[in-house]
Amino acid sequence: MKFFGRMLAIIKKEVRQLSRDRLTFGMIVGIPILQILLFGYAINTDVRNLKTAIANESNSDLSRQFIAELGQTQVVDIVGYVATPAELEEQLRRGAISIGVSIPPDFDRRTTDRDRAAINLLVDGSDPTIVGIASQLKAMPVRFDAGAAIESPPPNIEVRAYYNPERRTPVNIIPGLMGIILTLTMTMFTAVAIVRERERGNLELLINTPVTSAELMVGKVVPYIVIGMIQLALILVVGDLLFQVPMRGSIVDLYLAAGAFIAANLSLGLFISTAAKTQFQAMQVTIFFLLPSILLSGFVFPFDGMPRFAQFLGEILPTTHFIRLTRGIMLRDAALLELYPELIALAVFATVMMTAAALRFTKRLD
Amino acid sequence: MSELAIKARGLSKDFGDLRAVSSLDLDVPRGQIYGFLGPNGSGKSTTIRMLCGLLKPTEGSADVLGVHVPGSTHDLKPRIGYMTQKFSLFGDMTVHENLQFIAEIYSLPVRDRAARIAELLDKYDLVPQAKQLAGTMSGGQKQRLALACAVLHHPELLLLDEPTSAVDPQSRRDFWSNLFRLAEGGTTIMVSTHYMDEAERCHRLAILDEGVKVADGTPQALQADTGMHIVEVTAEDPYAAQAVIDELAEVVSVTQLGVRLRVLIPERIGEPVRLVESALAARQLSADVRKTPASLEDVFVAATMDRPDNAT
Repeated sequence: MKFFGRMLAIIKKEVRQLSRDRLTFGMIVGIPILQILLFGYAINTDVRNLKTAIANESNSDLSRQFIAELGQTQVVDIVGYVATPAELEEQLRRGAISIGVSIPPDFDRRTTDRDRAAINLLVDGSDPTIVGIASQLKAMPVRFDAGAAIESPPPNIEVRAYYNPERRTPVNIIPGLMGIILTLTMTMFTAVAIVRERERGNLELLINTPVTSAELMVGKVVPYIVIGMIQLALILVVGDLLFQVPMRGSIVDLYLAAGAFIAANLSLGLFISTAAKTQFQAMQVTIFFLLPSILLSGFVFPFDGMPRFAQFLGEILPTTHFIRLTRGIMLRDAALLELYPELIALAVFATVMMTAAALRFTKRLD
Repeated sequence: MSELAIKARGLSKDFGDLRAVSSLDLDVPRGQIYGFLGPNGSGKSTTIRMLCGLLKPTEGSADVLGVHVPGSTHDLKPRIGYMTQKFSLFGDMTVHENLQFIAEIYSLPVRDRAARIAELLDKYDLVPQAKQLAGTMSGGQKQRLALACAVLHHPELLLLDEPTSAVDPQSRRDFWSNLFRLAEGGTTIMVSTHYMDEAERCHRLAILDEGVKVADGTPQALQADTGMHIVEVTAEDPYAAQAVIDELAEVVSVTQLGVRLRVLIPERIGEPVRLVESALAARQLSADVRKTPASLEDVFVAATMDRPDNAT
């Protein structure tokens, strides 16, 4: 009974302090909404409207017809016309354009020549994504008014995009964003919550009371579990309202997965708090974990494309497993049990971190 | 039950190469106010932290209310009250909320809580501040709140680590009258300080210097037994007089207090007044020289001065 009483006292105190800390309270709601708006609208792998200039040395009807069709693809945004390919190169270098379209003087004749390309695309290859997009233009047929048309061969492979046929980026980003936001807030809030207590001298008082390490830790962590669940709900609602992110699987499964993930992050936060001396250090260590969580978790870049070593690191991070869970449950209607390896990974991480934190946290100052 | 609340033997604590506390023996009788006098960095806080289990002694051990330290101090926690040097309550909670929290943490029976908190608010003059955030209060108010929280669960032993270092003289006086009330009620109090006037109020006291206990006893006994003559010199030119007296090989210490100088001379030297008078006369310095009883400050100076002599 005393155990629950003391734990409840810690929880009450934590909630009371949290409710008076306007900035932190604002962050709880602000971080998810701001990030989802930013990432939802800003990140787009379906690139359109690349700035393009054209050097049309042919100036034939056929070439002008081609340019009109090029504009209709929406891949390019024609921002200007120049006289020579050299000027295209100059504009590329200045960064004024991403693509230069060079139409040679003998364009009409080349369209019938199977061995020579009719058009040259000058692409800013420093961004591989742009090269990839520009390559789509290769599939554009060059049509003729006169002469025998070269029929494009029938496709051998047909692509059927499951789960996200419209290829909308937010559908993929927002389930991943859940992982990133929860990593940031859960880890940082818990780490800072305990370090702050140490910095202000409160811990010296607390460890001189009958409160045990377990009561203290559980009491400090419980309010943040609730906060994590509220954040998750916020992301789900905003994701549905603004970006029509589907929720195909069971919401109970999603919350169970989130529970495991939050436990993993909180135990990481507790562990950080036993190592960090100041709130600033606690933040730094949190960022140290956050960056790989964004870059190596499959949130932005497909996991399969990463080198073996990076994949190994990614497998350690809870975010990687949670993103697989959210994308699986929300987009592919997967059941939680089908995804059990990810769940086990989260449980192992949480157990290891919690044990390490409990071993390091003693009710002493030295 | 033992007559002693604290009995420490050979208590030592190292921080890296630094020996913060060295082979400390302590006997703190029950129901008394036991003072711990020493300058900053003399090991007072470290000792108190070892006694309540916050720090593990490098060597030695103590018996605190019958509980062996170092060891499991979990059963000891509900029986001691501890007041940290720095204000360690929650600045973003009100006075009442802080007391409420402490009552819950110490598992005070729910039906007694409201009455006990009201009693403490009244006793420590915090009724007007009950709804004020603790962080916005004055030093004296914070200190009263800290004491109220430390005694809320009726501890047998109070450990107070420089409780008055951040408060004004009036608050200090009030604080000490509160301590006497507690001691009369049977609470043993161990209090560290670097104020001589506070040390003088203690029933017993130990003087700590660089981690070593250099004196131990009642203030009266310590004052009676400094091993020094205390010679007070009232000079027209105290600065010149001090320079002359400082040169005397027999003199252990000269301290200036306004126009007066307090001169410590070991007891083995006969006729200390004559010694000082003749030295001053030789330089044509007029002064009134007389012997006076030792103050606690003299005890402190004598005790800490003694050590290098003993070492060599």
